[in-house]
Amino acid sequence: MSDSPINRLVWPRLARSLFGRPITDPPPAVSDEITAALVERLDHAAQRRLGRSLSIRQVDAGSCNGCELEINALNNVVYDLERFGLRFVASPRHADVLLVTGPVTRNMREALERTRACTPEPCWVVAVGDCAVDGGVFKGSYATLGGVGDVLPVDLVIPGCPPTPTQMLEGLLALLAANAPKQIAAGRKRPEA
Amino acid sequence: MNPLAIIRGGAPQGCTPHERYLLTRPAWAALATALASETATDLLSLWAEPGMVHAAFWVEGTLVIASCPAADGRYPALSPSRPGAVRFERMIRDLWGLSAEGGVDLRAWLDHGRWPITGPLSGRPTPNTSPPPQPEFLAVEGEGVHQIPVGPVHAGIIEPGHFRFHVQGETVARLEERLGYLHKGTLSLMLGKPARVAARFAARLSGDATVAHSWAYAMAVEAALAVTPPPRAVALRALMAELERIHNHLNDWGFVCNDASFAFPYARCGVLREGVLRAARTAFGHRLMMDRVVPGGVSADLATEGPDAIRAALAEVAIEIPRLLAIYEGHASLQDRVVGTGILSRELAVRFAAGGHVGRASARHFDARVTPGYAPYAGVTAPVLTEGDVDARVRIRVAELQESIRLVGTLLDALPEGELLLPLPQKSGEGVGMTESFRGECLHWVALDDGGLVRAVFPRDPSWLQWPLLEAAIEGNIVADFPLCNKSFNCSYSGVDL
Repeated sequence: MSDSPINRLVWPRLARSLFGRPITDPPPAVSDEITAALVERLDHAAQRRLGRSLSIRQVDAGSCNGCELEINALNNVVYDLERFGLRFVASPRHADVLLVTGPVTRNMREALERTRACTPEPCWVVAVGDCAVDGGVFKGSYATLGGVGDVLPVDLVIPGCPPTPTQMLEGLLALLAANAPKQIAAGRKRPEA
Repeated sequence: MNPLAIIRGGAPQGCTPHERYLLTRPAWAALATALASETATDLLSLWAEPGMVHAAFWVEGTLVIASCPAADGRYPALSPSRPGAVRFERMIRDLWGLSAEGGVDLRAWLDHGRWPITGPLSGRPTPNTSPPPQPEFLAVEGEGVHQIPVGPVHAGIIEPGHFRFHVQGETVARLEERLGYLHKGTLSLMLGKPARVAARFAARLSGDATVAHSWAYAMAVEAALAVTPPPRAVALRALMAELERIHNHLNDWGFVCNDASFAFPYARCGVLREGVLRAARTAFGHRLMMDRVVPGGVSADLATEGPDAIRAALAEVAIEIPRLLAIYEGHASLQDRVVGTGILSRELAVRFAAGGHVGRASARHFDARVTPGYAPYAGVTAPVLTEGDVDARVRIRVAELQESIRLVGTLLDALPEGELLLPLPQKSGEGVGMTESFRGECLHWVALDDGGLVRAVFPRDPSWLQWPLLEAAIEGNIVADFPLCNKSFNCSYSGVDL
């Protein structure tokens, strides 16, 4: 029975999990400056309602899919987004955050606006990637509008082509800190592993 | 006359390394007719420039391009004999304003009626003042048939597109894709730019295949200008291209399992892929290796610590593949979802000239690294299966993973020294380049003017010929298996939306 699946697969893995170091990265530091700016954008009532957890709906509004690859990576166990109380949801109706990529193509404008209309208040709009910031390399074409901010009010921008998952995590944690400054501040006092 | 003879009867136009022949309108019409009576000539691409239509064919083991004058805005359609031409013809009408006479589908494709102009690349765009029309979908008749509209905003973190399902009970009677949501006007932005500046757009045609597209584009420019990239640059390109293949295959293998609600391989593939991306960043300074391949060579050398980082990351992958494969094969609940699901017949794969794992899982043997082949590749093994289901596409990818790991090892062991980047002469020329991305062959054609600026260009993503086959593969399957089929194809939206 030494070659049974249990012996081959489960025990070594269990041993590694018990005695090894976690695969997951420690969280990146959150910028106080960005947090303070975000707090200013959010009123008290909204802060109480959102609390320590945010649901995110991703909208690709014209990206080359480079940003989507890196956003997807946030879900892997190395970044493990859910440990922070952040999770991706399938419907804008369940979302607190719209994570928007791309230079906003004219063909996606209505879909983006309707997605925003479906998202309940309070709602953060985060523009991810150089294209979402101002159109990036696709600025000025007949088919693009030139950045998410040209279509929707944007609360936070995360530049990069594409931004790394760590850069995105920094931005999203700043949103969390803005929603629940006390808890995050307390959490940050913990010594880093 | 056979199609190749008709094409070669045209006037050579000086495209390198594969010639382009200018046909007369009657000769093009004869070509369209000749294509109907044979199957040996694969249509790989169809595009235009103002007043002219071009088609690239794969025949008798070589690439050949034919052109048809269309100064009056019309050209004889190829879609009656080559179904893969349908979406190209719709795209050509939307972008260049040229109509395919006798085309089987004349509906708009990329133009959703939301641009300020029509015929943006025609040279004479006209203002568009009408409101966007409602899209028309092909009808399905039958008892109890109803529609499920999906997208353009999907439930997952993927690109936007609309899927219109006609279903009878749980069974899909017809799927029709409506894409174009990501149309960024990429071609218009490339025109008039120096070849190296336009490379930034080739790199952003489809971010997951940025290396392969950049390489195909660079190859086309280098062919046009008769520049031979330095050996070290060529080896580094292949190194990056194989790393790209590995991280994408890992990603999709994990996602296929996840779409069957089997999360463990997804988690492990995610860790392994992250290791590969970090190694890529260590080695080349960018996780996706974007903008590293440029016309004339590469823009960044391999970092000193790069080889060790890559070897370490790939060693992890190599150890885990057999374990993951055992788990993938050993769970009936997973096998039940992937085996026999989304079958694509060889006949259809051949009719559409589907490349990549989609073609190879359905017994169409085409890998640009093998034929026509390009430096530095030699002795690449491209696996082929006949089943054509989700499982076969996964297995092709797993086999390619192992082959790519071997190739990376070989490349690292024998990296040539020397220059990285050559200057580009400022002159005119026309060239074509083909590389094998993780999806299939990327086929780029470019024409440069006297100042070395892009006069005309068409980057063809492999997904052009794979998307229509997804519609065929899902037919008769249940709606719940669509994510599995879709992920096993993993066609690019951005790559075909341009």
